[in-house]
Amino acid sequence: MLPILHAVQAEFGHVPAEALPQIADALNISRAEAQGVMSFYHDFRDHPAGRHVLKICRAEACQAMGSEALAAAAKVRFGIDWHGTTANGALTLEPVFCLGLCACAPAAMLDGQVIGRVDAARLDQIATEAGA
Amino acid sequence: MRIYVPRDAAAKALGAEAVAAAVSAEAAARGLPVELVRNGSRGMVWLEPLLEVETPEGRIAFGPVTAADVAALFDTGFGAHPKALGLTAEIPFLKKQTRLTFARVGVIDPLSLSEYEAHGGLAGLRKALTLAPEAIVAEVTDSGLRGRGGAGFPTGIKWKTVLGAQAPQKYVVCNADEGDSGTFADRMLMEGDPFTLIEGMVIAGLAVGATRGYIYSRSEYPDANDVMGQAIAIGRAAGMLGPDVLGSGRAFELELRVGAGAYVCGEETALLNSLEGKRGIVRAKPPIPALQGLFGQPTVVNNVLSLAAVPAILAEGGAAYAAHGIGRSRGTIPLQIAGNVRFGGLFETGFGITLGEIVNDIAGGTASGRPVKAVQVGGPLGAYHPVSDFDLPFAYEEFAGRGGLVGHAGLVVHDDSVDMLKMARFALEFCAIESCGKCTPCRIGAVRGVEVVDRIAGGDAAAIPLLTDLCQTMKLGSLCALGGFTPYPVLSALTHFPDDFATLQEAAE
Repeated sequence: MLPILHAVQAEFGHVPAEALPQIADALNISRAEAQGVMSFYHDFRDHPAGRHVLKICRAEACQAMGSEALAAAAKVRFGIDWHGTTANGALTLEPVFCLGLCACAPAAMLDGQVIGRVDAARLDQIATEAGA
Repeated sequence: MRIYVPRDAAAKALGAEAVAAAVSAEAAARGLPVELVRNGSRGMVWLEPLLEVETPEGRIAFGPVTAADVAALFDTGFGAHPKALGLTAEIPFLKKQTRLTFARVGVIDPLSLSEYEAHGGLAGLRKALTLAPEAIVAEVTDSGLRGRGGAGFPTGIKWKTVLGAQAPQKYVVCNADEGDSGTFADRMLMEGDPFTLIEGMVIAGLAVGATRGYIYSRSEYPDANDVMGQAIAIGRAAGMLGPDVLGSGRAFELELRVGAGAYVCGEETALLNSLEGKRGIVRAKPPIPALQGLFGQPTVVNNVLSLAAVPAILAEGGAAYAAHGIGRSRGTIPLQIAGNVRFGGLFETGFGITLGEIVNDIAGGTASGRPVKAVQVGGPLGAYHPVSDFDLPFAYEEFAGRGGLVGHAGLVVHDDSVDMLKMARFALEFCAIESCGKCTPCRIGAVRGVEVVDRIAGGDAAAIPLLTDLCQTMKLGSLCALGGFTPYPVLSALTHFPDDFATLQEAAE
């Protein structure tokens, strides 16, 4: 079921409501079960994200290097909270718990590209690249 | 000329792609025949991107290299340069290590099976193919290898249980859902030497009679998944996997699966449910997965590091592995040093090194230059250790004896600016977000815990015994380690750093 949900989200950017009954049918499970699986996992979204997705790590190693302040600055910079999307639809901000980049913290990921030792200047650069 | 620029995610996060592109462009512009190898990381993350050049004397290193440095490196003929580090093998951080599991990581091209074999790969599997299943299990038992995921359960005993179980189909599942903060050894191994993991899983299959395996990795690791997926395809094409492993007539099929951001799926029974396409809900034990695991069949569930230790154990013998370590903690442990440290990265060594040696001597203290206040060992469910614990030898029983745990061997160092009440609150908040919801102590306890910590922060000292009591309930009443171990960071913070839980109260008075 997870490979299917990943594939659907990779294609559409989210898992559209009309996809779930079809997945449920194909796997011979109830719609409720399909919905239950999808809603359990943080990765799957039921509505489209912004054109870019920025994930900032919130875990302890990144906290030890100032990720809380970085996240706070990002929220102010983009005018959104966690899971929010900028008004121009350019960027969605997501928390993530550990990217395995704990020795070059604080870490972030922009559309699958890993970034280490993120600071205010790098955040500006990300914002410019993403058009946010 | 052979030049190495890592493809490891940490190197990429620090600009390795730009360095690799600059090397290719510079070589082309100068008409030099350069073979660019994208190796794994040597584990010295503060030196990444670490560029290496092969010379008759051995590989020499430069780091941390930026794309802007590359032209000058070519100009000097990779000689004298401010970023020159000399022979890679002589760098103290590397020289002091005992690399068994990570012997090839950073050394070889991770996707070259011929280099893998030239550096000792497949020797363990070839040995295993000559042995009866019981003899393979015995070798692993003799090595003293214990589950490197965190639980520390003897791997040989687990394998023996699965071997003894009767079933039409058995499975080997690799837990690569490395969600603990401060840990990245699984990721580094999958990106730097994926064939070792594949070899370990095939040996596990031979040992217990399983013909199918799954690697359950994380969506947060796109680079590792890419390398691992390619390695499986290469291994299958070369006959390392498939219906006839190395021409032995024995079969082993392997598939990579990717999770979807749920921390609790790193718990083995939640992982099995997730693999089956269900919500990642924890199962009550018994039955243990060794008897009723994936799809109800006998299943070996082992961490990446446990399985990756197996090829060397088979190749060199269990006794050689057991020669390292102390007490009941045998062999080597790949320490992951992270957070606020000068020299962060991966350091593989025999068990027994003290916490103080790791933090002061190897990691060089904090990156900020401020004094160390606390070291969290073993991920988000591990205890916070004060400097007074620096005499502790790194080993399972020794840490348990001091109210802590080794876990997946990640260490996160915090300087004196850390507020331990905030860290305790975070541990509970994390548990509340990631709880699978099956058992009450974890589902409700974590939420109530956050509220109680907030009361303490607001000056309510009477809430402190309530927090202790709640932690006791979570510890004893939770189904799995998420709820059961969240009290470790919370109570250790409260015990060792009571001032952080009292300041606001005193300020209010």
